[in-house]
Amino acid sequence: MAEGSDHKLEMAMGRMLQIGVTVAALVVLAGGILYLKQFGGAMPDYRHFHGAPAGLVSVHGILSGLMHFDTPSVIAFGILLLIATPICRVIFGVVGFALLRDRFYAGVSAVVLGILLFSFFLRR
Amino acid sequence: MSNLYFSLALFGTSILAGFLGAMTGLGGGVVIVPALCLLFKVDLHYALGASLVSVIATSSGAAAAYVREGYSNIRIGMFLEVATTLGALLGAYLTAKVSGNWIGVIFGVVLLYSAWTSVHEHEARPADHKPDALAMRLNLRGTYPVDGRKEEYVGEHVPAAFGIMFGAGTLSGLLGIGSGAVKVLAMDQAMRLPFKVSTTTSNFMIGVTAAASAGFYLSRGYILPELAMPVMLGVLVGSLVGSRVLAVAKVKTIRVAFVVVIAALGIEMIFNGATGRL
Repeated sequence: MAEGSDHKLEMAMGRMLQIGVTVAALVVLAGGILYLKQFGGAMPDYRHFHGAPAGLVSVHGILSGLMHFDTPSVIAFGILLLIATPICRVIFGVVGFALLRDRFYAGVSAVVLGILLFSFFLRR
Repeated sequence: MSNLYFSLALFGTSILAGFLGAMTGLGGGVVIVPALCLLFKVDLHYALGASLVSVIATSSGAAAAYVREGYSNIRIGMFLEVATTLGALLGAYLTAKVSGNWIGVIFGVVLLYSAWTSVHEHEARPADHKPDALAMRLNLRGTYPVDGRKEEYVGEHVPAAFGIMFGAGTLSGLLGIGSGAVKVLAMDQAMRLPFKVSTTTSNFMIGVTAAASAGFYLSRGYILPELAMPVMLGVLVGSLVGSRVLAVAKVKTIRVAFVVVIAALGIEMIFNGATGRL
């Protein structure tokens, strides 16, 4: 019985990951086609490290670029969706284990979620 | 070369990398970083960023299929993710402190190790150990299908596995890879979990581990969207095709050939790093 619900949680996680990746890949593909239509000519310099442009190094910057329909921001938004996918899986873990009344593993999932959010909101 | 042709060439190469990664069970990341650096002359940090993105994509894309088979263990995965995500934070932090040439050398060593583990015959271990008290208390156990029956297993050597997982996370953050080979080492060799449980749970964990470094990579500007785009899409396509082929074909000889390619890339990364070309 407990094992059956475990498997349900697993299946829900698997399904969620699949949907997340598909949506993210479609956004990246759409952004990529638009980007190459616009900038398919001159070759950017990838040989030397300059860092991504200032608008593409934060969630806030990417979202505001998306509003202006800046094509690299569209691709970056797809990448953000992709990064959010495993984070959602961990949220599923927190909620799912809580529903299964497994407090310990709900707590473990919450710790992992905390580390992930910490990594994201930490500015350097 | 125009940007369009460069992106298409990168897309094609990434399909191949994803295919190779799936066929050898090592993941696309270990192939794509050397390919970007050595073939396309892309800066190492940009290569790490593009690879990390593709690693999240392949891990999450494959998870649904693995979950259906009923081998992966979400509790063990989640528990060990505490270690891998902490390690990933350290690894991602180190990418800014360690020189590119050193990263190249470490990358090469990990490639050689991964190549070795993927050809090394796996020996089944008799499950006659007495249950590990800590693992029982942490509920690090489960069942998996063997010939239509459910076979039970309990993890062992939990602290050692936790430590190895921290190392796996550090390598993942430092090298922009999934470091599946090291994760499998922790679960298969230290915890003595069934091999299939180890590999599928490892895949399950890779996406979360990589997501922990993604924030750093993004804020430091390692992730160039236009460069990551063909890499992510290509690796995703290649690995999906690769895992399909793997499911229907006996591919022992091809696998060995692929592993030779990966080992050669490892040696070239070490050479380039040691001679200061990265």
